[in-house]
Amino acid sequence: MKYLHLIWAALFRRKTRTILTLVSIVAAFLLFGLLDAVRVSFAEAGQSANGAERLQTGAKLSFIQPLPQSLMTRIATIDGVKEVAHANWFGGAYQDPHNQIFTFAVSDNYLDIYPEVSVDAGEMKAYNDDLNGILAGEVLIKKYGWKIGDKIPLQSQIFPNKEGSKNWSFNLRGVMKAKDDKAFQSQMIILHWKNFDETTPYNRGNVGWYISRVKDVNDADRVAKAIDALSANSDHETKTQTEQAATRNWIKQLANIGLIVTSIMGAVFFTLILLTGNTMMQAVRERTSELAVLKTIGFSNGSVLGMVLAESVLLLLLGGVIGLGLVAVISAGLPAMSGGMITTAAVSWKSWVLGVVLALAIGIVIGALPALRAMRLNIVDALAGR
Amino acid sequence: MKFLIGLLTLVVVIAGVCVFLSLPWQGLVVLLVLLGAWMLLTRRGQQAAQVTGIGVSTLGQRLGSSAVIVVGIAGVVGVLVAMLAMANGYSETLRRSGGNDTAIVMRGASASEVSSVLGHDATVVIEQAPGIAKDEAGKPISSPELVVAANLPMKGGDPEQDVGSVTVRGVSDMAWKLRTNAKIIAGRKFTPGLRELVVGKGAQRQYEGIDVDRELKLGNQTWKVVGIFESNDAMESELWGDADVVGSTYRPNGSNSRSSVFVRLTGADAFEPFKASLSSDPRLQVDVDTTANYFGKQSEGTTKMITVIGIVVGAIMAIGAVFGALNTMFAAVATRAREIATLRAIGFRGVPVVVAIMLETMLLALIGGALGGLVAWLIFNGYTASTMTAGTTGQLMFTFNVAPSVLWTGIKWALAIGFIGGLYPALRAARLPVTTALRES
Repeated sequence: MKYLHLIWAALFRRKTRTILTLVSIVAAFLLFGLLDAVRVSFAEAGQSANGAERLQTGAKLSFIQPLPQSLMTRIATIDGVKEVAHANWFGGAYQDPHNQIFTFAVSDNYLDIYPEVSVDAGEMKAYNDDLNGILAGEVLIKKYGWKIGDKIPLQSQIFPNKEGSKNWSFNLRGVMKAKDDKAFQSQMIILHWKNFDETTPYNRGNVGWYISRVKDVNDADRVAKAIDALSANSDHETKTQTEQAATRNWIKQLANIGLIVTSIMGAVFFTLILLTGNTMMQAVRERTSELAVLKTIGFSNGSVLGMVLAESVLLLLLGGVIGLGLVAVISAGLPAMSGGMITTAAVSWKSWVLGVVLALAIGIVIGALPALRAMRLNIVDALAGR
Repeated sequence: MKFLIGLLTLVVVIAGVCVFLSLPWQGLVVLLVLLGAWMLLTRRGQQAAQVTGIGVSTLGQRLGSSAVIVVGIAGVVGVLVAMLAMANGYSETLRRSGGNDTAIVMRGASASEVSSVLGHDATVVIEQAPGIAKDEAGKPISSPELVVAANLPMKGGDPEQDVGSVTVRGVSDMAWKLRTNAKIIAGRKFTPGLRELVVGKGAQRQYEGIDVDRELKLGNQTWKVVGIFESNDAMESELWGDADVVGSTYRPNGSNSRSSVFVRLTGADAFEPFKASLSSDPRLQVDVDTTANYFGKQSEGTTKMITVIGIVVGAIMAIGAVFGALNTMFAAVATRAREIATLRAIGFRGVPVVVAIMLETMLLALIGGALGGLVAWLIFNGYTASTMTAGTTGQLMFTFNVAPSVLWTGIKWALAIGFIGGLYPALRAARLPVTTALRES
């Protein structure tokens, strides 16, 4: 620590060069922070304490295949199931067909399965009393400026109503607030399944999928198998997974996010190492005689090595922290930019730790060669400029 | 004042780079010809050429620092080209799936095939519309198709957990006449009325245990794979079976209904009358579109998203590379300060010096761009990936396509980075007072 001012002075010996290099490093870590936030938000999707208790049951054949509603009472009787609800894909779009909103037609007890979602008791009652009522997530309400009591026109991409038109109109009765920022309900709309089933001629008592809550998380596997056993060898065989496994599988089908992120980061850091490494080499080469003077007045080989290494590590750490700090500022605006696809993109402490470790490691890799060179410097040769 | 000038040049440079990036190749040729003419015909131009020659000939001695520019820019271009190649491959695959002389008919206001339902009556009416091409036997080339989905285990994954969704398309025999690019490459076509499937080459690559003469379980039904087909478009990611059989399996109480009707038109100009006749038919409520348009619309969103991500990532990397190049060129100019000052002392003017340094940087940038493009091409051209997008039922397999246009964009980015990276060092070299520079060690 007592050498800090020396290292600092050496670092800013040539201001332009250091600042230019610093900007390159900041750019690299900015990219790292952004991509890592995206990776983490995908990797952590569906992972929550409440989510572990939930099982999703869909048709084994494919996700578009419906299941009979009669399965509900049979699932409910399985030992270990606390509660079971069901939902249908409605496929709503607001104003513009491209402006899709996740809209599910759900059973009345649907929200009981999701304790992380809260609805005001009065609003909940109003929703339950109105067959044509809906609940919307707080994010949506804010985004579109809806008010409770509004008539919300939604266009279903799949289902027509009684008149054969796909333009449905619902009464907004309440707001779903998420206690946990991973709850996707804050970005979606739910409507009464009964309303949906009675209105569209295409459904006739079918549900899209079941969600059940188990009493004991460790019992989830057995319960899942028991649910699937109910419809084994029927024409509607089911497949039950934990919410986490289902989400992971879904994301994997979307794209191999991890691979894309890792390969981009590989290219970025490889370039960074080369670029900054060159700068450090230059810096040490330039200072050959100064380093020789340091050695002459009694600095040991070890401390010269340490100082050069510390210089490169400091450079990387500075750049890394500034870069990640920028990400923290930017990521506040990311959810809006991605159109709600990425819900949480804040820099987690894990990203910070990973970033700092990376900065340290790269700093050491880059500093090693110039530092060794500085350590092995022969005083006489260096002073003579040979 | 100095700061203001600096700011002004920055604004001009950024505007210039934006114009440059949107320039077609003809524009660049014109620029090159102008530059060449200037270098050959005017005195200053000749000077510039000479100074450039000196700079380039000494590049070998500055191999390490020159490599920084080359590799830095290669990194940017490599990532950019890879992302653009992904977007390009994806949209190309969907674009190839459609044409202007085939049309798709779906229930009105359906976003995609899977959300569309057409009853048997409707499909019969559609087949009789004018403008549909006829085959040798005089039957209209039209194929009512049923699109459903099935879960299949992915290759190399846990068969219970890693399942992927695949599109199963029930087709009629006409589908082969309609899609002339679909060809059986192994086995044979399915026999109508039997539980037999032909599998696209892409789907075969993606899912476990698909081969000719092997059995495949879709839900609790067993199907037999009898052939593999190749079509080089989106259809290759699908499983095809007889529409009636697929219908009776998936829609037990409505097996006559279909998702869509594909028709081959007598020509691209037959589309308007075909559409008009269906739209005015009171028995139908359908949307008609050319397949080119339909598949184009489907790819739009994802292509745009991948492109935007590629450009954002590329731009951030480019900022890093620009500063790397600036650093290197400042150092290069500093070591050659005396040399440059000497040139100016014996009568070379500022402009040739600026041009020479810029050309040198841009040459390095060009090498970097070409290198990055080459690496991306070697690794990613033909690399297969899959995705599943909104409104579809199955994963879509596509290959990265490092097209010339993609490489061209990469090269343009490289040149732009080289331009900015060289400009400021060049200006400094030209501005430095000769006496100061000569005294500098």
